[in-house]
Amino acid sequence: MTEMVSAQRRKRPEFRNINAFKDLTTYRMPPAAWVSILHRASGVIMFVLMPFIIWMLDSSISSEISFEKFKAAFNVGMLGLPGFIWKLVALALVWSYLHHFIAGLRHLWMDFSHSAVTKEFGKTSALITLTASIALTVVLGAKLFGLY
Amino acid sequence: MSVNYGYKRITVGAHYGVRDWLAQRITAILMAIFTVLVVAQVIFSKGPVGYGLWAGIFSPQWMRALTFTVIIALLYHVWVGMRNVFMDYIKPATLRLFLQLFAIVWLIACAGWGIQVLWRF
Repeated sequence: MTEMVSAQRRKRPEFRNINAFKDLTTYRMPPAAWVSILHRASGVIMFVLMPFIIWMLDSSISSEISFEKFKAAFNVGMLGLPGFIWKLVALALVWSYLHHFIAGLRHLWMDFSHSAVTKEFGKTSALITLTASIALTVVLGAKLFGLY
Repeated sequence: MSVNYGYKRITVGAHYGVRDWLAQRITAILMAIFTVLVVAQVIFSKGPVGYGLWAGIFSPQWMRALTFTVIIALLYHVWVGMRNVFMDYIKPATLRLFLQLFAIVWLIACAGWGIQVLWRF
């Protein structure tokens, strides 16, 4: 009986060894998928840059002198790299934190509320997350680079 | 033997999954509250943000204790997250184990440094 059924059934397609460059680039990801993968990416960025984050805490808080060193790293430079490179690193952290924070709140909301996991709400909240994190990054980035 | 069907069915061994899942959310809420607390004090301050204001935010003993707790929460939160990332993308067991070990050392080192900073100024 089971053999008969399986003989009639069309053979299901098998996907093996997905190529990261050929196959992943053809995926059409909905906004929620972008939020999801960027949530991971931003988390990994902050993990990798964690010593820099702790250095910022250390130098900004320890004393008046270290606070000046903290400022100089971004205005003058540090470790042979010019200040704007460090500002870009800080900007990457700003975006990472904002995205991770907002996407995390979205996650918690979805854990608490059934109405937050509908298809429509998933799309809307994903778009809000992406827009808000980028908009706030632009605002804080402009401040970081002294545009206002 | 105890009931092992229906909603009481045991589907996992050591319950790491649920514990980590819950811990990640609880630590996230704690860190979110901490973030709002710090950012609010910076936003609602007057004049340029100098050393005095910034260090002043962290100088009360309760704030040092709270920041200490947040660092521990961060440690756990990042461990759960990085472990998930490694489990999803790193298939060779040796490499995965090495990366997990690296993550533990990396996180504990950073946490130790951060905690030292808190009671040094």
